[in-house]
Amino acid sequence: MTLYRDRGVVLRTHKLGEADRIVVLATEHRGKVRAVAKGVRRTSSRFGSRLEPLSHVRLLCWHGRGELDTVDQVEVVDHFRAVRENLEKMTAGLALLEVVDQLSQEGHADPALYTMLVGALRALADPATEAAVVPPAFFLKALVLEGAGPVVEACAACGRAEPEVELVAFDLTEGGVLCRGCRRGRPMSADALALLRRILGGGLGAVLRSPPGAGAAELAQLATEAMEAHLDRRLRAVRSAPNP
Amino acid sequence: MYTEPLRVLIDELGRLPGIGPKSAQRIAFYLLKVAPEDAFRLSDAIVAVKERTAWCARCFNVAERGSLCEVCLDPSRDTSVLCVVEDPQAVAAFERTKAYKGRYHVLGGALNPLEGIGPERLRIEELVARIPAEGITEVVLCTNPNLEGEATAMYVARRLSGTGVRVTQLASGLPVGGDLEYADEMTLGRALDGRREVHG
Ligand SMILES: [Zn+2]
Ligand SMILES: [Zn+2]
Repeated sequence: MTLYRDRGVVLRTHKLGEADRIVVLATEHRGKVRAVAKGVRRTSSRFGSRLEPLSHVRLLCWHGRGELDTVDQVEVVDHFRAVRENLEKMTAGLALLEVVDQLSQEGHADPALYTMLVGALRALADPATEAAVVPPAFFLKALVLEGAGPVVEACAACGRAEPEVELVAFDLTEGGVLCRGCRRGRPMSADALALLRRILGGGLGAVLRSPPGAGAAELAQLATEAMEAHLDRRLRAVRSAPNP
Repeated sequence: MYTEPLRVLIDELGRLPGIGPKSAQRIAFYLLKVAPEDAFRLSDAIVAVKERTAWCARCFNVAERGSLCEVCLDPSRDTSVLCVVEDPQAVAAFERTKAYKGRYHVLGGALNPLEGIGPERLRIEELVARIPAEGITEVVLCTNPNLEGEATAMYVARRLSGTGVRVTQLASGLPVGGDLEYADEMTLGRALDGRREVHG
């Protein structure tokens, strides 16, 4: 048995036996970690709310020969209470967790993905941020991180750019935006294209701070579909989001 | 090497929540060894609960089949207040406090977007319908203090806004008998938010 320290965000938890939980985290140095938190479901547990999904924690864990580690100590870095206590923000946060759960792997450190997740949750917790913009922006940035980022400056099929051609469609499997002649996948408005370019071109901070403008809903749809195409799986947290 | 009925019993026990193959085998052999009347008491109890117990047509608590639950049938209960809970076990927990005199509404679970459980899987529309029908003036949200329970409470609160009903939520605080220094940050923060006047 070895003891290790790491930082991570709790992605999801499952009940185990009478009082324990299996906690799945995206960590900075060890990729995805699955660990048992003993007694966490008792009200007297010293872990308390610290191992709930969305929590960003510093942890001390035992790593043995089995596939599950054991949580020894936990300290909170961010509890993201502002995210938990607002339905839109929580729903957006869960969409990030679901995607990171799919992208991260056990035994493969992915510090960039971890850093991006923490950054996105902090942005979400910020009262100035428009919650609905965070998941699509995160999905697009994560695709870039995965080496699957869409081509947005020219037609992904024929390579021609504006003003020679008009870019009118988007298809991730084709590589990104497409001109009228090569069009496939979903149609895309000029507003959505402009937003897509701002998000991927370093203008994300400003996008997150402005109210969702023209093309935002369309881009959200597009980014969700692109991530689903990449993962080859439906995103439950997006598709079953509670919208009263 | 096991007989067919024994294999079937082990399989069935193994499907129960929290029971793995080892435990299933242990329980099956225990049942094989005990006196027949002891084993039949268990099988009779299972038959009886399936035949005679169902969900209350009004609040979805457990009830005798074809009847309302004990709480709904009790004429001394305050009919203007509803405690909204996730499951019948929570009703039992509140009843043990003897501090609550209103009625209940059992949602049948909690929202869990990560598992694809959306509002249509819970008895939320049934709750909304009860407000005017029963003249409810206050709804107390008593879902579990975890992510799913909180998502559910926020959703229900929003769904009830505009109905004119007063929506309150169970206070979040520290476990009695616990030590303050072990409390986690969120629990302590919420306990501070929910502080109240002390009259010495
Ligand atoms: Zn083209
Ligand atoms: Zn009832």
